[in-house]
Parts: sequence; C-alpha cells; structure tokens
Amino acid sequence: MTNIIILLLIIPLITGLVLIFFRNHLRLQRWTSLISLIINGIVAVVVIQHVHIQGTQTLNLGGWEPPFGIVIVADMLAMLLVLATIIVAITCLLYAFKTIGEERERFYFYTFFHFMLVGVMGSFLTGDLFNLFVFFEVMLLSSYVLISLGGGKRQLRESIKYVLVNIVSSMFFLVAIGYLYGITGTLNFAHMSMRIAEAGQDGLITTVAIFLMLVFALKAALLMYFWLPGPYGAPPMAISALFAALLTKVGIYAIFRMFSLVFYHQEGMTHQILAWLGIITMILGAIGAAAHWSLRKILAYNVVVAVGFMIAGFAIFTTTSMAGSVFYIVHDMLVKALLFILGGIMIGLTGTDKLREMSGMIRNHAALGWMFFIAALALAGVPPLSGFMGKLLVLHEAIGEGFYVIAAVGLITSLMVLYSVVKIFINGFWGENQLSVEDEKMSTKGTLLPCAILTVLVIGMGVGAEFVSPYIMQAAEVMSNPSLYIDAVMQITE
Amino acid sequence: MKANDVILQTVTKVVSFIILSFAAYLFFAGHHDPGGGFIGGLVTASALVLLFLAFDIRTISNGIPINYRLLVGIGLAVSTVTAVGSIVLGFPFLSHTFEYVDFPLFGEIELATSVLFELGVVLTVVGGTLTIILSISEDV
Amino acid sequence: MEILVSILVGILFTAGLYLVMARSLLRIVLGTAIIGHGALLLMLTTPGLQQGEPPITGGDAVSFSDPLPQALILTAIVINFATMGFFLVLAYRSYKELGTDDMDKLRGTEDD
Repeated sequence: MTNIIILLLIIPLITGLVLIFFRNHLRLQRWTSLISLIINGIVAVVVIQHVHIQGTQTLNLGGWEPPFGIVIVADMLAMLLVLATIIVAITCLLYAFKTIGEERERFYFYTFFHFMLVGVMGSFLTGDLFNLFVFFEVMLLSSYVLISLGGGKRQLRESIKYVLVNIVSSMFFLVAIGYLYGITGTLNFAHMSMRIAEAGQDGLITTVAIFLMLVFALKAALLMYFWLPGPYGAPPMAISALFAALLTKVGIYAIFRMFSLVFYHQEGMTHQILAWLGIITMILGAIGAAAHWSLRKILAYNVVVAVGFMIAGFAIFTTTSMAGSVFYIVHDMLVKALLFILGGIMIGLTGTDKLREMSGMIRNHAALGWMFFIAALALAGVPPLSGFMGKLLVLHEAIGEGFYVIAAVGLITSLMVLYSVVKIFINGFWGENQLSVEDEKMSTKGTLLPCAILTVLVIGMGVGAEFVSPYIMQAAEVMSNPSLYIDAVMQITE
Repeated sequence: MKANDVILQTVTKVVSFIILSFAAYLFFAGHHDPGGGFIGGLVTASALVLLFLAFDIRTISNGIPINYRLLVGIGLAVSTVTAVGSIVLGFPFLSHTFEYVDFPLFGEIELATSVLFELGVVLTVVGGTLTIILSISEDV
Repeated sequence: MEILVSILVGILFTAGLYLVMARSLLRIVLGTAIIGHGALLLMLTTPGLQQGEPPITGGDAVSFSDPLPQALILTAIVINFATMGFFLVLAYRSYKELGTDDMDKLRGTEDD
C-alpha cells in the first residue's frame, strides 16, 4: 500500500520531465499535463479514502526507519490540501491553455508548472523539517521561473523583489533548522515532538519556534505581506491564480504543522503571538482590499486577509476552531483560484485592471457576472456557500473561548472583503455597457469551463458540508492530538 | 577583438583532459570517500567552461554538439527512473542495493545502484551549470 | 572554536545584509550569496564542531562525528547554487531589459 503515496509526487515529476523533451509539441504538452493531473487526482482520492478508514499512512523513503530516514506522511490535513491543490491545478491549467500564449508554452511553462506542484505537494506530505525546506525550494525555484517567464519590464522588476524576499527568508529557514537540530538533535517532526515533550519546551526552544514562525510568516504573507501584492499582480493571471491559491497555503500549512505537532507546550506565548499576527494581518489586508481601485491589487489583498483569518482560527487552538481553519483553507484555495481566474477574464476582456474604466459587462457575459457574484459571496462567507462553515466554526469557538477580538475583527473584515469584491462586481458588471463584442481583447470561449468547475465545487462544498465535515474533523483530530501522528510515524503499536 | 591566447589554448588542450579524468575519479570515489555526483558534475562543467573560455563558443558548440537544456532533462530522468525502479520491484521508493562482482583484471568491485542515481545528478549539474553560463555569455 | 565560528557567522550575516541593502542589483545578488554561506556555516556549528572518528565505525570508537549536518549542508549548497544561478541570470536579464541596475529606479509606478 504505502508506495502509492509517493505516486502523488512522482506523477507530476515524471510529467514535467517528459515535457522537457517535447517543447515544440504544444497539443501533446497540454493533453499530457491534463491527463497526468487527472490521474493524480484519482490517486489522491484513493489515498484519502484509505487514510479515512485506516488512519495516517506513512512511507519510509529508501527503507530507512524513522527517525533516521525521511518519512512521507499522508495524514488527513495533508491529503485534503493535496486534493485541493490538484483541483486548483487542473482549473488553472484549463485556463492557461487559452490564455498563457504559445511563447510561454514553448519555454517550459508546463514543465515548471508540474515541478511547482511537486514542491507544493511534497511540502504537504513530508514528515521531516529539512525535507520541508527542500520541497519549499523546489516550489520556490519553479515559482521564480513561472513568475519571470516571458518577462516584460514590469514582470522582471517584480520578480526580482519576489526572488530576493524568498531567498533571504529561505536562508533564515536554514538558520532555524540549524538551531533546532542543534537543540533537539533530530529533524523528524514526530521525533522532535517526542523529544520536546520529554525535555520540556524551555525558553530556548520557544525562541527558535518564534524564529521559525517568522520564517513561515514571511512565506505565508502573515503580517509580512508587503512583498505580495506587487509580484502577484505582474505575471499572467493563470500563474497569479495558481500562486494565490497555493503558495501562501504552504506557509500556512507549515505553521499549522509545526505549532500543532511540535511547539504546542507554550500556548500562552506562541499561539498568542500567532493570534495577534493573524488579527493585524486581517485588518491591514482588509484596509488594502477596500482602498484599492485596481482589480489585481484588490484580489492580492484578499489573499492576505484570508491568511490572517486562517492563522487566527488556528491560534484559538481547539479541535473545532482548527477544523474551521482547515475547512477555510480548503475553501480558500478553491475560491481564490476562482476569483483570480474570473478577474483574469475581466482584465482580458477590457484590457485594463482599473475598475473605473470598466462597466456593464453583464450584458454580454451574464455567466461571468453571476459566477463572480457567487465567488464574492462565498469569499465573504455567506451561507450556504463554502466560506460559511469555516467562518462559523472559527467565530463560534472564538466567542466560546473568549477571543472576542478575533471574532470582532473576523466579522468586520468579512464585511470589508465583501465590500471590496462587490466593488469589483458593481463597477465591472453594472452600468452602461461600454464594450461591444468586437472591441473585446479576447474571447471567453473555453475559459468559462474552469470557472464553472470551481463554482460548482464552491457551492457543493457549502451545501454538502455534511459530507465534507467527517474528513475535516479527522484532520483537526490529528492536529489537536499529536500522539496520533507520532504513533503513525514511529510505528508505535499499542 | 581577437586576443592572441596561444598559451591558454595549448594548455587547455592538455589540462581539460586532466580535469575531466579528475571529475571521473571524484564521481566514482563518491560512494565511500569525499566526492560524488554533484562535485563530479561541477568539475566536469568547469572543464567545459575552460574550453569555452579558451576557444570561442561556436567552435566548441560545433565540436561538442550537446543541448545542455536537454541534458538537464536526461539527467533528471535517469535519477528518477532509478528511484522509481525500486517501486516497480516492490521496495520503498528510493531504495538502493549493491553487489560485489568479480571482474577479470580488476578483481572484486562493488557495484551499487546509487551510482546510477549519481550519474543522473552529474548530467543535471553539467547541464544546469552550462545553461546558466552560456545563457549569460551568449548575448554579450 | 564554536565561539570563533559564531563570530564569523555574524560577520558574514552583517556583510550580506549590508550588501542586500545596497542599491546595485549585482551587490544584492552577492549579498544573498554571503548570507547563504553564513547560514550554512551556522548549520555546521550549532550541533557542535566535532572531532573524532568517522560516523560509521567498528563500535570501539570513543567519540564519533555526526554525519547529518554535512549531508544537510551539501543539499543546501546545491539548492543555493541553483538559486544563485537563477538570480544572477534574472539580474542580468533585467539589467538588459530595463537598462538599469539601480533599485531606486526599479521601483515602478502605478500605471504600468
């Protein structure tokens, strides 16, 4: 059984490799990419069912027993994120077919697309801190290429900033790993957790934990989001959508994993800091989203708000609030991809991302308008759409546990988020139609399919919350009870 | 501008082979001693870069017609195939094995599958390094 | 010995950060490289600089060294190498394309 987990990483790796050799066969590249992702999606569903029935699955790479070797761990949290990653990747790929342009396709767009997926899913699945760094770098290197691919002036300028911020934060990541290895003498998450539980989490370990938190916060755009709006606005929207849906989530996942599994002894210190970081991020992100009048900027700031909300929900640190955060992270991946793709179509049609220069698009593009409306409501957390469950659980726990600031800020920022996306909706779709079908810069033919898939999923995840929640609860169960994870990895049987 | 670099060219003709054989030594030594695929690849790449420096890019490209970007792909493919091979044979991913084989003339030699993996690393490193260097130097 | 190396790590980080905050793009690239070396050296030092037997011995060795930091650093060096290569090419390309390597002029405006 266990080798099936590694298929999730091998399939995109081999696909990316094979596509290097067929750079000029565009049709072949597209179909291979799509088919490989669909196969990978099926594998992910199989593994999820397996994990759901039998609990966390592990694979010791090269047959080395933990804690000596590298372990790949498929627990429910990781697998849910992997499945969401694959769904988002399929839709972004479908959108990229129509919009990315042959020039980029010829210069290894699909190869790096798949390599980035290897990095993202590897980060979710690994059970080893250094291996997490390696997969982070796989993901980041591919994202460097994607963000600067086919660069115009603006794209090059923004990618320099993106690359610089990420290189420096990766170096700090290395430093944190060095300290942690020096203190605990191990890199395996489960083993590290056991050692810290035995020896107690003293001030030194807490300091390193906070240092590690800052590294991940920089990658997840938690508080330190200053680098995010520029680079996310520069590349083509298919790539921006992929980044917005996936990259920050990897940082959030790392925070979830480290602070639920390893550094959970000093809640009053670390989780308090996380809560305040989340609250400040929500406020600043919401102000940014409400203030800007450029479509790309508004969407980018919405990414920031969601990061703040998920971390704040996690920081409450009860099983239910973590379930809410997990629900919200899956929802956010889907809805951010949807919003970015829809925004990409709007920018493609009008040729501008300034809200004041568009209007009346609903006359020619009713489907586009209504899907945007649904996405906007889902983002704000209106029932029965997918954003509702996550927000409900987190806010309920926040009030129950006495985190009133989180509850208040969560609600107010939801309103501001709703205002920012409805602003796009009103300016883009209401009013006089200034744009005849002939004037449009691109056709929507084929691009509405990925939006429709995502819209159906967003509605389905909200209406079918009853069906989804057992999986989410299982993920939160493992997060709030580290011994489940440790037993599975260290193969401790009762 | 054409500099007169007879000395560099003459020395390069000899030295590049010494560097290449040192690279091969490092590559094979890497199993038990300091060395390995990455460092072997870098030394190989340095020999090739020396050739590119001493002669010009066009001459060497005609003499050694390798597409270095494809070389990266081939190297990655070799490494991946050796890693995946262990799955096909029913072992955990990335498992490796070794065998002592008696060769005439050389005596007993250890043959390990991890050498194949390292071979892929060598090809990738050579391809990657030269792609970087050539893409900067080509349009000066 | 550890204290000396720690000071060296500090110097490397200082120099690297100073370079990263410079205006010229090439200095920034070099700065990231120096920070990288500092981080690697720190990884080598934190578990303790060891002397003694090789990690795998017959069993009668009194002290033996931990091979893991070196393996980690080797991996990190490879990654730094790839990142550096990419960053250099990117810096060069943008210098060609934008006509400047001054970060102040790379700030960009709202309109493009």
